[in-house]
Amino acid sequence: MDDIIERLPEMLIGAVTTVELTLLALVFGIVLAVPTALARTSRHLAVRAVPYAYIFVFRGSPLLVQMFLLYYGLSQFAWIRESALWPILRQPYWCAVIAFALNTGAYTAEILRGGIQSIPKGEIEAAKACGMSPFLMTRRIVLPRAFRIAWPAYGNEVIFMLKGSALASTITLLDITGMARSIIAENYLALEFFGIAGVLYLLISWAFMRVLRAVEGRLNGHLRPPPEPVKT
Amino acid sequence: MIDLHGFGLQLAMGALMTVEIALGACALGLVLGLGCAAMRLSGVKPLVAIAQAYTTVIRGIPELLVVLLVYFGSARVLTGIAESLGYDEYVELSPFVAGVIALGLTFGAYAAEVFRGAFLAVPLGQIEAARALGMSPAHAFRRILLPQVWRIALPGLGNLFLVLLKDTSLVSVAGMEELMRKTSIAVSFTKEPFTFFAVATVMYLGMTVICTAVLHVMERRANLGYRPLTTI
Repeated sequence: MDDIIERLPEMLIGAVTTVELTLLALVFGIVLAVPTALARTSRHLAVRAVPYAYIFVFRGSPLLVQMFLLYYGLSQFAWIRESALWPILRQPYWCAVIAFALNTGAYTAEILRGGIQSIPKGEIEAAKACGMSPFLMTRRIVLPRAFRIAWPAYGNEVIFMLKGSALASTITLLDITGMARSIIAENYLALEFFGIAGVLYLLISWAFMRVLRAVEGRLNGHLRPPPEPVKT
Repeated sequence: MIDLHGFGLQLAMGALMTVEIALGACALGLVLGLGCAAMRLSGVKPLVAIAQAYTTVIRGIPELLVVLLVYFGSARVLTGIAESLGYDEYVELSPFVAGVIALGLTFGAYAAEVFRGAFLAVPLGQIEAARALGMSPAHAFRRILLPQVWRIALPGLGNLFLVLLKDTSLVSVAGMEELMRKTSIAVSFTKEPFTFFAVATVMYLGMTVICTAVLHVMERRANLGYRPLTTI
């Protein structure tokens, strides 16, 4: 029992790393997903093709392979090892963040595309009729509407990213899973520490879900049923 | 042509193993999912609680953690059970069985939700009609309920299978010799990480494309009765 309590602070440090990795990946992922989703819904085949290929590759192959390709793969090329970006690409932390961001970016783009395509046609027509330029329409009508429609589906993606971040432990990072594995390598208490790791993930995903639901309540406030009239 | 340094056959064998694990886990997961959905819909409180706990926990913790738990935790549990039965031996699951169990558990938790939704989507009147025609409950289940549940659940299950196919890469972490592990072995021999991980990516993409096509055919078959009438 003492063994376990003694090691709990380390597990909490791992939890911080997990949350950090997930949030960074999600932020970069969204930045990547917005232009990708917009290009994906373009009228021109040539514009659609590039995001289509990106989404196809990143959704069709395992995240683990993508991460290994980035972390181990890039060192195969001398010109990358000599480039200015190498100090970043050499670090497992940033490799994990980049791989996660590229992966979640592809999934988020698909979710966002669904949102964009399910905006009622009339709203787009109305925006055009009001004389909005395409840029203004995208900024004021298309994206806000798409985000509101896509938010519940995006919530799932957030949880998937949180769970996916456990893969960072395979490239030496000490997130929750990595920390558990390194502790278990010392004291062989596999059940206990993987169990604690599981509980930590459950707690974090519960917290994430609370935040997501609160945001959804704000975003889609107009869809809330009206309050019951006060009986007099 | 890319030089695989004679590892081509090894990679192909790895890919075959990947498919085997995926199919095994899928079979186990379908049974678990159906059973779990039945428990959720049974209305018997303890059964509902067990099923709900299973789906919540498994869906809330990373797949990698489930894999690690089954691989490194199962030996102690099994040995403990053997001890309590009077055997004094060290019991361990074979890597293949452990991999199938770990991924099957994950698949089952998600499949349970898909099945539950599908069961609820079949109108109650149809069951009543079948019973009124004199079908036994088992007969009505097999001839009326199951074909429709299959049709409704298939798209969801198909998505889960594609996720499962990619998740098989996780069992490589525990030393199972599937595509990902074979690739890592090839990398450690040839020192060409990018080449080999890129080849693995392409192989995973190929498997995804084939599975998508097969699922499409299966969906068409399941929906035979629902095809729109062709105009004469």
